[in-house]
Amino acid sequence: MTEAIEQVSTADDGLMIEMVDVHKWYGDFHVLRKIDLEVKKGERIVICGPSGSGKSTMIRCINRLEEHQRGRISIGGVELTGDLKNIERIRREVGMVFQHFNLFPHLTVLENLALAPIWVRKTPRAEAEEIAMSYLERVKIPEQAGKYPGQLSGGQQQRVAIARSLCMNPQIMLFDEPTSALDPEMIKEVLDVMVELAHDGMTMLCVTHEMGFAKTVANRVIFMDEGQIIEENEPEEFFTRPQHDRTKLFLSQILEH
Amino acid sequence: MTITTVNQPSLAPPATSVGVVGWMRQNLFSTPLNGGLTLLAAALIYLLVVPFFQWAIWNADWIGSDQSACTSDGACWVFILARMELFIYGFFPTTEYWRVDLVFALLAVLIVPQFFERFPHKGWIGLFTLTGFPVAVYFLLVGGSFGLEPVESGKWGGLMLTLVLAFVGIVAALPIGILLALGRRSDMPVIRTICVCFIELWRGVPLISVLFMASVMLPLFLPEGVNFDKLLRALIGIVLFQSAYMAEVIRGGLQAIPKGQYEAARALGLGYWKSMSLIILPQALKLVIPGIVNTFIALFKDTTLVLIIGLLDILASVQSAIVDPAWGNVSTEGYLFAAFSFWIFCFSMSRYSQALEKKLETGYSR
Repeated sequence: MTEAIEQVSTADDGLMIEMVDVHKWYGDFHVLRKIDLEVKKGERIVICGPSGSGKSTMIRCINRLEEHQRGRISIGGVELTGDLKNIERIRREVGMVFQHFNLFPHLTVLENLALAPIWVRKTPRAEAEEIAMSYLERVKIPEQAGKYPGQLSGGQQQRVAIARSLCMNPQIMLFDEPTSALDPEMIKEVLDVMVELAHDGMTMLCVTHEMGFAKTVANRVIFMDEGQIIEENEPEEFFTRPQHDRTKLFLSQILEH
Repeated sequence: MTITTVNQPSLAPPATSVGVVGWMRQNLFSTPLNGGLTLLAAALIYLLVVPFFQWAIWNADWIGSDQSACTSDGACWVFILARMELFIYGFFPTTEYWRVDLVFALLAVLIVPQFFERFPHKGWIGLFTLTGFPVAVYFLLVGGSFGLEPVESGKWGGLMLTLVLAFVGIVAALPIGILLALGRRSDMPVIRTICVCFIELWRGVPLISVLFMASVMLPLFLPEGVNFDKLLRALIGIVLFQSAYMAEVIRGGLQAIPKGQYEAARALGLGYWKSMSLIILPQALKLVIPGIVNTFIALFKDTTLVLIIGLLDILASVQSAIVDPAWGNVSTEGYLFAAFSFWIFCFSMSRYSQALEKKLETGYSR
């Protein structure tokens, strides 16, 4: 456990994530065009933009669920290349929460949480389960430990998914539209957990359309369109004085109602 | 607008819709046509099933040692009982029957725990059944070591041979099939091509031709003096053939697992083999239990094909016994016995798979 943390840690300049001139294509389609992004330790970044703008693709490049074809991505000073060992090392330190939860349906909630610590971190089972229970308490559903994911509500499943990532004790958390698949009355319980996580100083990148969350939690809001970062600013400035026309249009569309 | 102020009392349903009468009314005599069909079916059952049971049970001869005991016009089960040793042990030396009995007993002892919900060390017993047990069986049946007299495979036969073929086929075809299915979905072109070629080659030829080749052609290509056992050759043929089918069944399961499961496993830092064995395969195999068991059952019954290369499985040993002139015409009894023996095993596998599916159901659906 300690070995991995030593290997992937903040670089000297405090940078957790560094993306320089990152490009990606799906076939002929240029999805990511010259992405430059620096994230410091403890920063909380919200990424928004119209669908198909490359937000998800960008954060999925950070743990190499998607491969970038040009440019450089470094996580805690370790560059992401084709080297599998390197990739797995980085994935241990980068937690990810998905839109559709992606819990393992054949395992109980507790087993979902303890699996990666046991098999990836080689934590003894008893200890891993103890850690798992503590995170379940943090997301306020310790009583669901013995159930299967299929028996939980969407909000509960997403909270389990967050706890599952946290069990690996990651340095960075990536959220890929964590509330988009939830019924409206369940969004708050998930956002509450995320807000709490932000207060604890977690480095977070969050693709979301929850503008309230962005206003209260983010240090920076990034607006993407057509594979580019169009605008990047502090939330206050971003929402009150958007600079770019496309940002204004997007904000007017989502804030109208 | 109406507002109900008085609660309606809960009444018993009309007598014609519940109980035996109600059930019959709904299911057997709901319309005049259905009523007629019900009566017709009842008549058919009476005309076919009653004579069969009269022949097979009430009028049958059970006790005796030769044909003279079969005097009634019912089935001559005396024949089956008298030749039972042949049907179970083939031509295994009589003095060595205990070795086969020990194998059967071991198998029974090892399998029983799998039918219980909770049994101490159930997983380890299962693992031993699939790994240690076949090794033990090899030494017990083949002999030649531990002071056991060697018994060449030409003397193996009957139920024992059928079970050996089926068990080895099942135990070996499943893991090979899993590897082939994973290989076929691999990102590595060389591995994928090899697996695709292997699967398509073996699926494209009939099992009979595989067995013929194994028994007739293979020895022609082997160098002088190298000769391995006919049973072993047949076994390898069956295993490779069935593993190709198994691979396709399992591939179906792998394809049904949502992409998110692969991504979640990878995002947690699990490597390829760990994601497969901990996350993907447990779900994929559960999904295709019916297909896997279907393949097992087909394999079990296909083992009879070894009779064309001169190995006497249970069906072949029944066939060889019914032509014995000392017994008159007992072919119906013989074939019924063989069919019933197969049915017992196949039906058990089917029931076990249903129980397993039910047990593994965790209520997740999307």
